Amino acid sequence: MWKWLNSYADPQRSYNLAGTLLPWFAGLAIALIGVGTIWGLLFAPMDYQQGDSFRIIYIHVPAASMSMAAYMGMATASFIGIVWQIKAADWAAASIAPIGAVMTFIALFTGATWGKPMWGTWWVWDARLTSELVLLFLYLGVIALYASFEDKVLAARAAGILAIVGVINIPIIKYSVEWWSSLHQPATIKITEESTMTGDMLYPLLMNIFGFGMMIGALTLVRFRAEVLARNGMRPWVRELANAEATK
Amino acid sequence: MNPRRKKRLTLAVALIAGVAGVASLLLYALNTNLNLFYTPYEIVNGKKDTGDKPEVGQRIRVGGMVTVGSMIRDPNSLHVEFDIHDAAGGEITVTFDDLLPDLFREGQGIVAQGVLIEGNKLEATEVLAKHDENYMPPEVAEAMGQTHEKLDYSEQAEKPTYN
Repeated sequence: MWKWLNSYADPQRSYNLAGTLLPWFAGLAIALIGVGTIWGLLFAPMDYQQGDSFRIIYIHVPAASMSMAAYMGMATASFIGIVWQIKAADWAAASIAPIGAVMTFIALFTGATWGKPMWGTWWVWDARLTSELVLLFLYLGVIALYASFEDKVLAARAAGILAIVGVINIPIIKYSVEWWSSLHQPATIKITEESTMTGDMLYPLLMNIFGFGMMIGALTLVRFRAEVLARNGMRPWVRELANAEATK
Repeated sequence: MNPRRKKRLTLAVALIAGVAGVASLLLYALNTNLNLFYTPYEIVNGKKDTGDKPEVGQRIRVGGMVTVGSMIRDPNSLHVEFDIHDAAGGEITVTFDDLLPDLFREGQGIVAQGVLIEGNKLEATEVLAKHDENYMPPEVAEAMGQTHEKLDYSEQAEKPTYN
């Protein structure tokens, strides 16, 4: 099992695997987000209190939950990269970072535009909003660290340590609304008990959450392939690939 | 696993454990300071663990439910007065001179920021609506007896007390 898994640490194999997986992730992402968004925005019933404004949930919640999931993915890759010194894992972590940062930004932005009409303010320094902002800064820190070293092995180590340390923020974001009083309401989707949302509102939301996950996967694969090529530009197989592409 | 990897694994795990430890101590020390607002009970009786009470003249946030039937609207200005309460039984009065958010209703959770002018009276400069985690279509809400009628701001509905 380990041996089989280890064989994918080879740049060429992981590049090819990413290429094989890409259409599946992309296809699923387009299908799920397409159906989920249209269903959520046009056909799901409106909320009894917030009316149609609540529909921003179909972008806000997927972006927010996936910003945390992407961070966990990035930190896991960094951990593998640091402990087992697998370069492919470092490249994967570097590819996820900007995507996660954009997800975090979308979550903050949609949250602010939702907060203005409903709460009456764009921003409040409560525990949930602040810790999500810290997540954005963590992503930016990882991106900046990875970009500031010429030697990418060193860069991945520096960025990886920050990514691993930052994991502590994830449970803080998740439980901020339960540990402290905040303006942000607690979670609607619950894993262990019934969600506090009716099914016809919930299913499109779940579709969009999984769709966003697939989308992050697809974008990561694209960036990962580019990163592999950029880091292995001198290898014969990359040159062959470039020549084959040029003669096409 | 070879010794080098083992060493790195130990280091990485120690790093995570260390940071988790530091963060939990930090959060434990900050504890209630991370709360966004006082509850009405805490303003009247002090916080449960430390017993500290906001002083008169202090600028604070308070969060609670608007007491149904407590809303008094001045017919000639934007001035409103209402009570907010919490499950622990505290109740304080909030006065406000500006536009209330759309989601503001009696029975609704709100967070008000302002100056405490008496032991149980807050002069708010900002009132924010807090909504809960429940979403449902209007029909379902009606069936559960949870309709939240919006406050009527029209001329005909204007009356000194709002019930």
